[in-house]
Amino acid sequence: MSITEYFNLIFSDYTLRNISLGTAVLGVICGMLGSFAVLRKQSLLGDAISHAALPGIALAFLITGGKDSNVLLLGALVSGLVGAFWIRGMISKTHLKSDTALGLILSLFFGFGMMLLTYIQKQPNANQAGLDKYLFGQAATLVESDVLLMIGVTGVALLVVLLFWKEFKLLLFDQDYTKTLGFNTKFIDILITFFIVLAIVIGLQTVGVVLMSAMLLAPAAAARQWTSSLAMMVFLAALIGGFSGVFGTAISATQNNLSTGPVIVLVASFFVVISFVFSPTRGLLFKQIRLIKNRRDLKLKKTLQFMYGIAQTHENIDHPHTIRILNNFQGFTKKSLRKMEENQWILLNKQQWSLTSKGFKEAQNLFNQQPQHE
Amino acid sequence: MTQKIAIQVDDLTVAYNYKPVLWDIDLVIPQGVLMAIVGPNGAGKSTLIKAILGIIDPIAGSVAIYGKPYKKQRKLVAYVPQKGSVDWDFPTTALDVVMMGTYGSLGWIKRPGQREKKAALEALEKVDMLSFKNRQISQLSGGQQQRIFLARALVQNASIYFMDEPFQGVDASTEIAIINILKELRKAGKTVVVVHHDLQTVPEYFDWVTFLNVKKIATGAVKDIFNDDNLTKTYGINYKVAVNK
Amino acid sequence: MSNPQIEIQLIASLVAISCAIPGVFLVLRKMALISDAISHSILPGIVLGFFITQDLNSPILIMLAAGTGIITVVLVERIQKTGLVKEDTAIGLVFPALFSIGVLLIAKNANDIHLDIDAVLLGELAFAPFDRFLLFGTDLGPKAGWVMGVILLITLVLLYLFFKELKVSTFDVGLSSALGFSPAILHYGLMSVSSITVVGAFDAVGAILVVALMIAPAATAYLLTSDLKKMLWLSVCFGVFAAIGGYWLAHWLDANIAGSITTILAVVFC
Repeated sequence: MSITEYFNLIFSDYTLRNISLGTAVLGVICGMLGSFAVLRKQSLLGDAISHAALPGIALAFLITGGKDSNVLLLGALVSGLVGAFWIRGMISKTHLKSDTALGLILSLFFGFGMMLLTYIQKQPNANQAGLDKYLFGQAATLVESDVLLMIGVTGVALLVVLLFWKEFKLLLFDQDYTKTLGFNTKFIDILITFFIVLAIVIGLQTVGVVLMSAMLLAPAAAARQWTSSLAMMVFLAALIGGFSGVFGTAISATQNNLSTGPVIVLVASFFVVISFVFSPTRGLLFKQIRLIKNRRDLKLKKTLQFMYGIAQTHENIDHPHTIRILNNFQGFTKKSLRKMEENQWILLNKQQWSLTSKGFKEAQNLFNQQPQHE
Repeated sequence: MTQKIAIQVDDLTVAYNYKPVLWDIDLVIPQGVLMAIVGPNGAGKSTLIKAILGIIDPIAGSVAIYGKPYKKQRKLVAYVPQKGSVDWDFPTTALDVVMMGTYGSLGWIKRPGQREKKAALEALEKVDMLSFKNRQISQLSGGQQQRIFLARALVQNASIYFMDEPFQGVDASTEIAIINILKELRKAGKTVVVVHHDLQTVPEYFDWVTFLNVKKIATGAVKDIFNDDNLTKTYGINYKVAVNK
Repeated sequence: MSNPQIEIQLIASLVAISCAIPGVFLVLRKMALISDAISHSILPGIVLGFFITQDLNSPILIMLAAGTGIITVVLVERIQKTGLVKEDTAIGLVFPALFSIGVLLIAKNANDIHLDIDAVLLGELAFAPFDRFLLFGTDLGPKAGWVMGVILLITLVLLYLFFKELKVSTFDVGLSSALGFSPAILHYGLMSVSSITVVGAFDAVGAILVVALMIAPAATAYLLTSDLKKMLWLSVCFGVFAAIGGYWLAHWLDANIAGSITTILAVVFC
């Protein structure tokens, strides 16, 4: 199938429409809520929670004996929440640091879940098909009701975010201060965490336990590079998430043997790389250019300051001096002198230089301005 | 000045990204002084020490310890970092932390033995912490942690000591104990450089001072240069201080 | 107990000890999640190595995969250094991308490569005794046992030689560099050992359970003692206990061994 065929089919083919819509909606909700996770420095919480959801799925299956996907998701939600709050408890009550707490919950819950899963698979009467998809995700198994559920959850999440926008923003920035203003920070905190867990759980079927965290992180990390406003970041992250979902699905549908989850993750990672390099304000490319320019400026200014020191000893600031006098000082080249002339800081005349009044002022200001740069 | 030069800094410039933090510092510290580095927040006081010790790379300039680069004189130098720079939950005892000071002279692979242990115990005694030697470090108070850090530096048996805000968050008795040890070090001909915040105590504690605010404002004997003029230059506002007098 | 049963428990114990030792330092350095990142991102390295050698226990494959682990660490550090995102975000970005590449490589070449994606996560400890190490026709035991044994030996020698250096650079990086012990060398040394251990253990217990074996014993020990040496000993004991206990739990439930080992670890931690 070619890409054009795909876009033709997307409106007519039931399965393809479901998958595309599902991954797009998933990208949107993950991007939106992922922004909060990233800004709260809880980037890897998503990773831990998605792994922690696995035993919930297995237990729900064992208890109900069925594979009604909504029941399984409920199990995932419960065990994801248990994991999330256990992590917080561990960090606040023991001297284990957050990385250890996350790693513990992630691996222990997952290992327990795997034991249950393999146990289930060995049960002769169990209809075990369909549990595997939660490991790596199978977007192809999405049906209309799954997609409707996703849209519903996304709608509620959006509503909550809009409703509690001010509180979320405050909490992200300064938790203690928020408390002094009389807000119940615990409630806000639980609310954010709950929706992050919810977003993860509904994504499990599509991208799987292992890659779910990237869905949460990558769009937010990419969006952060383009803006410094929280609202803009959430919006952009949702957009990038949605696009990653659609593009990822399109690419995997048009190729053989390309699973959807990993492709979506790679598309999102591609957005991240682009944002890291090309963002005009924070991007590496422009930053590097600015850095080199500033280093050069810094060196020029050091030379200028040296000249200023010499010029100060004469009554006329424009009294010419030989260039040779600068030899004691490391930081000058013909190029840097020419550059200084371009800046109209100095005048060059054969083997002599003299400070202009502009250069003199610049050097004076240099002196006063430095501390304020801090 | 007839004294030997312990530390010589030439043209030192440090910048994070493009913000200059230290600007063209020339500094000569004679041997046997107890020197305070003072200046406002963000003046680059800690950065200066870190740049001298090679923990931060400068973009220009050089540092000499007794005439040679720091890397060759490592054993002559002991450093007491800010207390907050390490994880006090680390599973180890006070004695063990002090023993770490001996690792430098041991070099790679060789293990500490009885001699090192004895030196560590002596240093603990000097800072009056011998009874806490087997205490887990997270159970020590802020002042006790600072004493442990000082003991660790003492055990290095260095000629030059650098301390980054040793009096931050310690009780008054610890502060006095520390300054007395530093004065003893000076008496023994060692050079001590301290990043210091409390201007009131400078004349009482130190005999040498450097005013720093990105640039070096002044350096010299406290009795000669610790005056309103230099304070004003360094802190920007008129500092008709309640300082001494 | 039959011979394969003993062999499986032996291999599991070797894996547990090899993981527990670097795990202690990772936990103390607040780098526990690096083990998670490495265990995922070695996948493309393993797949490429498998193309070349066709043998999961080949030293070439192990070095290649461990190399991918080091690349992960370097990438995370590079991204973090740009200041664009925090460290945890950097970790969370790097390993899913590399893992995805690995999954796709397997999926694309499903016909040529006999790597089961489930096995990547779970390991197949139960099959380890079938792959024998033959030298001049003599059966010297399971290959996985030899691989883990060599890795453990290297780890122990390095730990013995550089215990003091590791301790000081973990506790106080500034002091470590001031004393002349380059923190960078120790950091990359530890990362290399961790990567090699993860790769070696990966075949036996799978990607995510390596993480459990690295972090859980160390974290449990950390709560119980305030002495680094005791912490190392305790971690090793917990690891071995979970390895053997997990084997019998799996035997009893007829479930995956690695998953059961983790379950025992969880019980011990609680």
